[in-house]
Amino acid sequence: MLLAIDTSAGTSVAIVDAQGVVHAERNSSDTRKHAEVVGDFIHGCIADAGCAVTDLTGVVAGMGPGPFTGLRVGIVAARAFAFGAGVPVLPVVTHDAIALGETEPIVVATDARRKEFYWSTYEGSDAAGLPVRVAGPALAPASELAASVPNFDHFQLRDSEPVLASNLARLAFLLREHNRPFAGEEALYLRSPDITLSAGPKRVTA
Amino acid sequence: MMTNSVPAVASSPLSGQLPANTTNPLVLGIETSCDETGIGIVRGNHLLANVISSSMDEHARYGGVVPEVAARAHLEAMQPALEQALAEAGVELSELDAIAVTSGPGLAGALMVGVAAAKALAVATGKPLYAVNHLVGHVGADVLRDDGTEIELPTIALLVSGGHTSLLEVRDLVSDVELLGETIDDAAGEAFDKVARLLGLPYPGGPHIDRVAVGGNPKAIRFPRGLTHAKDVDRHRYDFSFSGLKTSVARWVEREQDAGTDFSIADVAASFREAVVDVLLTKAVAACVDRGVPRLLLGGGVVANARVRELARERCAEAGIELRIPPLSLCTDNGAMIAALGAQLIMASKEPSTLGFSADSTLPVTQIQA
Ligand SMILES: [Zn+2]
Repeated sequence: MLLAIDTSAGTSVAIVDAQGVVHAERNSSDTRKHAEVVGDFIHGCIADAGCAVTDLTGVVAGMGPGPFTGLRVGIVAARAFAFGAGVPVLPVVTHDAIALGETEPIVVATDARRKEFYWSTYEGSDAAGLPVRVAGPALAPASELAASVPNFDHFQLRDSEPVLASNLARLAFLLREHNRPFAGEEALYLRSPDITLSAGPKRVTA
Repeated sequence: MMTNSVPAVASSPLSGQLPANTTNPLVLGIETSCDETGIGIVRGNHLLANVISSSMDEHARYGGVVPEVAARAHLEAMQPALEQALAEAGVELSELDAIAVTSGPGLAGALMVGVAAAKALAVATGKPLYAVNHLVGHVGADVLRDDGTEIELPTIALLVSGGHTSLLEVRDLVSDVELLGETIDDAAGEAFDKVARLLGLPYPGGPHIDRVAVGGNPKAIRFPRGLTHAKDVDRHRYDFSFSGLKTSVARWVEREQDAGTDFSIADVAASFREAVVDVLLTKAVAACVDRGVPRLLLGGGVVANARVRELARERCAEAGIELRIPPLSLCTDNGAMIAALGAQLIMASKEPSTLGFSADSTLPVTQIQA
């Protein structure tokens, strides 16, 4: 069984078996309480599933894209849990999990705050049932989404999709089964840190 | 599929149950309140490992800690630092009696990384988790000194870094800490960084101010001592303010530059540093005298400043106050002090924290455990 954790939007934690059966899932749409709830969610899922830590063979981490403060909470939780349990971390692109099972061309757009969207486009799924990402993930102003996404009209828009950790786990099982690469180790912040670079000391006297 | 081998568990089973070993517990501490990812391991009052991964170099070009840069660095440093600390201590994760983590005060985004990591690690290993106060952790570091002399309480503690400037009275490490005063604007370490910048010196400011102050005359320029005037002392007897001092230094430098004077940077640095250190120790010693507590403990990164230690020795000797300064590696932010405070809590039979605590950027010192 796999434990999956995603904090790219709210907080979602799930335990899923290789057949895709969801043994436990806990979700919160609160975008400010990731660090507060993630421990109880992980523990609660293990309790709900009635399994032991030793039954988990890997920890799926949603690497985003997502707003940075929350996103890394799930990633560090996945890494720390995997370290503690002695199992591998399986990083996946969160948008790929949202697109899982889609057969039509779609564009996934998730809230990046600051009047921007994270987006990815998919040309349905391949023979293995894995989503075929054609562009993204990338960041675009909300008002310019159509102009920013190549061939926008070709895709059906999937916005406000809740991120379900169970879908991350299902995606990870498929990737593993078909020997496909997992996502990279980098968190998909897609934004540089907020830094106010100063041009040097400001005068205090006129 | 579903197994029945594991009994049903309450929402936070790790709480309410003391670690098996409460006399000499093996504790791993996680600290991410500012720009150091610190992982420390202690056994009771004995230090086994103190690994610090700092993102200081990444902040250098900005002249101060950039919270988002620090938080990103914590994410990347967490697992390597955990591995290194366990290797240095020569212990296995499974041997730990408990995990401790800083839950505040500090930079919110940075704290969250440590809090989430600690919770996940605690659930994965089944270890009890102690969420502790960063500032009290600085005091807790003193139990780890290897000369074996035990910290005597009550003590006044002066904690000075780039993130905080606080004066505490500690009557009991695990149950009775009082905040006497703190900075009402910049932390002392921040003042060092800002003045270093206006003197064209690199970040972090403290060591560079120290370097150029050598040979400078600390009495050359009388910079203001914030909140020491009679009118302030009523309300802010133990509080600090460094933003006026910083502005005053800037004004002085600008005036000299505008006049084309060839002023001595050494004198400016030495005079500025003297103003900071004078205020810090005047207030700390006053607290010791007022409260009848003849002991002063220093903590925080600014303790690395040679003049702070020197003047502390002088003033304490004059006033008959016993001065304690933990080793420098335990004064700057680190995970060992968090582990040490966690061990103190366990040895005092305090129950673990429940899993639902949050990262609290303004956690008061009276809340030693969250
Ligand atoms: Zn500190």
